Amino acid sequence: MATVKDFRNDVRPNWCPGCGDFSVQASIQRALAALGKEPHEVAIVSGIGCSGRISGYINAYGFHGVHGRALSTAQGLKLANRNLTVIAAGGDGDGFGIGLNHFMHAVRRNMDITYIVMDNQIYGLTKGQHSPTSAHGFKAKTTPSGNIENAIVPAQVALAAGITFLAQGFSSDVNQLVRLIQEAIQHRGFALVNVFSPCVTYNKINTYDWYKEHIRNLDEIPDYDPTDRAAAMKMVVETHGLCTGLIYKDEHSVPYEDQIPGYREEPIAFSDIHMDPALFEKTLRAYA
Amino acid sequence: MIADAKFNPTAPEHVRLFPVPLTQIAEACGSAIMKNMVSLGASACVLGLPVDIFTEVVVERFSRKGQKVVEQNMQAIERGYAYMRDLGGALPEFALKPAEPRRHLFMMGNDAIALGALAAGARVMPAYPITPASDIMESLIRRFPEVGGVVVQTEDEIAALTMAIGAAYGGARAFTATSGPGLSLMMEAIGLAGMTETPVVIVDTQRGGPSTGLPTKQEQSDLLAALFGNHGEIPKIVLNPATTEECFTVMGKAFNLAEYYQCPVIVMTDLALSLSKQTTDWLRLEDIEIDRGLVVAPEELADLPVHHEFKRYAITESGISPRVFPGVKGGLHHVTGVEHMETGRPNETPANRAKMMEKRMRKLRGVELPGSVVRTGDAQPDVAIVGIGSSIGPIAEAAARLRQQGYRAAHVHVHALLPFPVRQLQEAIADAKQVVVVENNATGQLRHLMSFFGVEHPRVSSLLKFDGTPFLPVEIYNHCKGMM
Repeated sequence: MATVKDFRNDVRPNWCPGCGDFSVQASIQRALAALGKEPHEVAIVSGIGCSGRISGYINAYGFHGVHGRALSTAQGLKLANRNLTVIAAGGDGDGFGIGLNHFMHAVRRNMDITYIVMDNQIYGLTKGQHSPTSAHGFKAKTTPSGNIENAIVPAQVALAAGITFLAQGFSSDVNQLVRLIQEAIQHRGFALVNVFSPCVTYNKINTYDWYKEHIRNLDEIPDYDPTDRAAAMKMVVETHGLCTGLIYKDEHSVPYEDQIPGYREEPIAFSDIHMDPALFEKTLRAYA
Repeated sequence: MIADAKFNPTAPEHVRLFPVPLTQIAEACGSAIMKNMVSLGASACVLGLPVDIFTEVVVERFSRKGQKVVEQNMQAIERGYAYMRDLGGALPEFALKPAEPRRHLFMMGNDAIALGALAAGARVMPAYPITPASDIMESLIRRFPEVGGVVVQTEDEIAALTMAIGAAYGGARAFTATSGPGLSLMMEAIGLAGMTETPVVIVDTQRGGPSTGLPTKQEQSDLLAALFGNHGEIPKIVLNPATTEECFTVMGKAFNLAEYYQCPVIVMTDLALSLSKQTTDWLRLEDIEIDRGLVVAPEELADLPVHHEFKRYAITESGISPRVFPGVKGGLHHVTGVEHMETGRPNETPANRAKMMEKRMRKLRGVELPGSVVRTGDAQPDVAIVGIGSSIGPIAEAAARLRQQGYRAAHVHVHALLPFPVRQLQEAIADAKQVVVVENNATGQLRHLMSFFGVEHPRVSSLLKFDGTPFLPVEIYNHCKGMM
């Protein structure tokens, strides 16, 4: 059985020392090993940005595509091979800026994939512009007198779009994050794990300490019921999205793949694609 | 020309007009709605067809509305026929000869594309609805359940192509279909497919552009976009079927080429080809062969250690590297749109960049796909008429009429734009006194491509039409005659 070491490679991340994304990478590796996955059974599809490089830092199949489209690529991959564990990953700009449209539709399509967002509320790779999750008033290179747009609250958007599994983690709490990622992968349907993953270089406001001060940890609320969608929405609104833990889970989720008429158990990638001549003739007769 | 006498029709001098009281006869048979049946009868008279050949289809269509309706419709056909005959409308020169007994199909180009994709083993089709491409996804969504395939109606064309790329990377034969506006949105992803060497097929059913343009009208104005629309430089193939039958076979070819060269393939049709229903030869499954190119069998890799890196972008003489599908043990590798090394790991050093760019571009260097240009007609022609896509019929007819008038005419049709068939096209026009390039656009894109790629001829001119309608044979004929 594969160990955490098997999911590591020798590529040194180009992340700054102290970047929250190191913890996310380690948590994915630990979660995969804990679930008994083998590296070749896993594909990480990532977007563009600092965090998008993550697909190259994990020893598994990896696809690093175009900005904002990790989710659509990941869904295509899942359709080609439903046996793969498909994890899409990227940053808040990739997922909730340029890729928000795809996020909303991936949520409602509910394929059995996991989406891990490293949310640092800033554009890091392009050196410090505000992001869709930057707060109102936030000063960045492109908001020198303070952000006059309101921030997207990813958890709220996800619930509104009808997500079947929603969790949030924090780079400082790796144990919780590993558990959440494991549950997300095991969930039958689309799962979002939004991780508060501080950028130590360009975001001097939303620091590790700032998150520690503002986050409410749902693990510490004994009677919180993650199967209650209305309660989940209430919690997200009350905390302005700053809560961690399992926020919502639909235990009756049926993934997209299970509802495709005629879709087979055998992955398309490894099935015979030659058409039965009798079926071909039958099909032609509709035009005769 | 047959026209309803009710409207006091007139016609140009060279057109013979037969005013037939279509509405009046139809009303006399029971209802004005049957005037199409009256004109059908009148047309049958011109073509020398007996009216009883319509009985079967009239019964089939109208029997559920009752025997009376069937009789009224047959009567309308008969009376139209009789009226036309009395006008002297039975014209021997228009009489149809009996056809050889052959099996035929009746379909449009989009139907044939869907069938071609099905036969070629396409199993994932993400697409966003757009005229005139939507029929392709609609057709496959009905047929895929029988073969285990899936159509996803995506949120936009960017998702459509990036999803197809994900599926193709995953080992499926995947494609999408769109029109000009969607093609514009797909450009970044086309670059991704080129850079990651992912075999994917994009069907572009051209319509009138730019912007929303003429969404339901004919145009051939995406040629330059298909060839040059993406940023950066990638190997790419562009195929241009011209007939319904070719719409079927081209899909087999497109998937084979995509997987052989591991690059995006654009199949371009135009609205007239995609949407015109026409009599089509019976299609043959054996005309589509499946060749998946260089894919490593899982058994070859099974014993490799867990940290073995598969060289997905191995430098080879041909530039083509072996593929492996995710899920295969021993095949682990990284894929990225960032410049990368043989293992797929990012590497932006000048030496690596030059080496990998050269590797990718080498795949298609010097390649000309066989059959990219088809020439018919006379040797040493007074005029060679060059066309692309659905103009194949009108050009053939115009060339035939020129020959009847004693001119020497050749028809040169282009069936692939990339790799640009320089040698084939040069050879096809070399002996012509004049060349006229016929295309449905305002700027002469095909003609520009010919000179861009170095196809030379001292006397080349354009016949352009960009009013949203396809060429009529007479337009091409008159233009060529005027050149003589």
